[in-house]
Amino acid sequence: MSEVAQWVVFIVASSAAIGMAVGVVTQRNPVHAALALVGTLFAVAVLFVMQEAHFLAAVQIIVYAGAIVVLFLFVIMLLGIDKHEVLDETLPLQRIIAGIVGLGSLVVGAILLLKADAAPPVTDPDSTSRISGSGLGNVEHIGRSLFSDYLWAFEITSVLLVIAVVGAVVLVRRRSGPDAPEGREGLGAAGDAGGSEKARA
Amino acid sequence: MIEDPLWADGEIDLADVVIIIGKVIFAFAFLMITVVLFIWFMRKVISDMQNRIGPNRAGPFGILQTLADGVKLFMKEQSIPEQADQRIFKLAPYLTLLPAFLAFCVIPWGTQITIAGNTTNLQVAEIPMGVLWILAMSGIGVYGVMLAGWASGSKYPLLGSIRASAQVISYEAALGLAVIGAVIRSGSLSMQSFVAVQAWDGPGSLRDWLIASAPLSFVIFVIAALAETNQPPFDLVEAEQELVGGFHTEYTGIRFAMFNVAEFMNLVTMSAVAITLFLGGPNGPGTDRADNWGALISFAWFVGKLWIFLFAAVWLRASVPRLRYDQLMDLGWRKLIPLALVWTGILAVIKVGRAEGWEPGIYLPASFAGAGLVALFIYACMPKRELVPAPSGRSVPSGPSGPSGTGDTSGTSGIDTSGSTTSGTAPKEVAHR
Repeated sequence: MSEVAQWVVFIVASSAAIGMAVGVVTQRNPVHAALALVGTLFAVAVLFVMQEAHFLAAVQIIVYAGAIVVLFLFVIMLLGIDKHEVLDETLPLQRIIAGIVGLGSLVVGAILLLKADAAPPVTDPDSTSRISGSGLGNVEHIGRSLFSDYLWAFEITSVLLVIAVVGAVVLVRRRSGPDAPEGREGLGAAGDAGGSEKARA
Repeated sequence: MIEDPLWADGEIDLADVVIIIGKVIFAFAFLMITVVLFIWFMRKVISDMQNRIGPNRAGPFGILQTLADGVKLFMKEQSIPEQADQRIFKLAPYLTLLPAFLAFCVIPWGTQITIAGNTTNLQVAEIPMGVLWILAMSGIGVYGVMLAGWASGSKYPLLGSIRASAQVISYEAALGLAVIGAVIRSGSLSMQSFVAVQAWDGPGSLRDWLIASAPLSFVIFVIAALAETNQPPFDLVEAEQELVGGFHTEYTGIRFAMFNVAEFMNLVTMSAVAITLFLGGPNGPGTDRADNWGALISFAWFVGKLWIFLFAAVWLRASVPRLRYDQLMDLGWRKLIPLALVWTGILAVIKVGRAEGWEPGIYLPASFAGAGLVALFIYACMPKRELVPAPSGRSVPSGPSGPSGTGDTSGTSGIDTSGSTTSGTAPKEVAHR
């Protein structure tokens, strides 16, 4: 890709990503916010494609836009919290903490960016030729390093996910045996802030 | 990865741009014409199967019926419900149409053609992650249905959209695992590599078609693709008897037409994917010619295979009753996904066994036996499918199901498996067996 085209794509995609991210925070309607999140994910996927990371871009769309945000929307619709805003915050001080963390990561990122000025950028021919020069494609490269060098981290991550799934199943099944027909109502009451919504159902 | 030979000279000149634009227009026109013809074909075949005449007024054999319907829908008023979320209500039809076409863009509908000295693939875009792109687009396609149902601000569309999202997410896993079967055999994710692997040179290359080496993947793919595109017998999303019209109940005019077109576009795209992955794609007798006749013959093969597939879809539509919701979830999660997992394991063992030169008489039976043991273990561990008695107050139609629709959705959440609980949501008792 030529220099100019790269700049144009970068500016369009990154400004779309930032604009959509602002939308995620500012939209009052949760469904609109979730849609803005999808837009952000797509814009970031475009940036990945620009860096020749096709696999990462595809996985980003499949996993995040195609599954996770769909689940968000699913929950929003199921709980019926889409019409009226939930203004009471369950975590005190969360706005302040979020502001501090956000500013802090911005500062750290800026420092790293300024420090890394001398380092070769990712699109540098050196870094991409290491992948293409090995005679392996994008996917082969990821696959080989994932299942050899980083096998331990990969397995740990999958165990973590299994634990999360099992935990969710255990939480849901807690009191809903055949001898406790009121189990689902009980669960709704025992839930978090959305409990009242569920109990109504 | 096999690059498009159009880029082989390393620079983009005017001819390249014209060819690319031509290919995009051709692909879109091909898809639209196929859909328009398919709608007529479907109505005609179903009416034949049901001893009716079907559309026969507009044009010879009623072939222009779809066009007439389209013109009529263009002229109709586009009503928007008062409770609707205006912006998203208008956006949703485009969100279903766009992914359907984008997914079709990576499908090769022929081998290579030479126009005025420029050789190019008969395919809009060859991207290295072609298969993943299709999975991504079929995952994105659910947004249109979901948001249409939600934005309508009405009860039945919301139910339809919640069913849609649950169904699509459930079957995405089986679809992906079926695709993995084909990918293991071909060794690449790009669509052109599938065409290359299954290239035709004599009848012996029928054995190269991936349906021969991964038949179970093909079966799982077809079932999951039908569910993913909300085709019968998996069309619970718009189950007329229960949900009036499902997610597009509140849509009228051209927006309604767009949903219908997108639905059949998805079916055409998925059929094309199945052909490309498992049935040789555009390859067939005569496609080994290097000249433009080879390209034409390959296009004819592609179209022929596509219509055989579409006929099978119509056949299923006419003959198989719609699944109940719990049957749908049961088939997806408890049958297809474990089956696809075990089968993927077998394919992987065969792949490694061939590469390492193991003794086929040992590793083939061993892999099947091991897979059988794993499958037995999975099914033994699976909790028995039991009919959970409906909680009191849920099955009574005058129960506490609120107008917001939240109370009703629990009837479709797959926990109540008795089927009797849906009476609270549907105007009539569910009539399916």
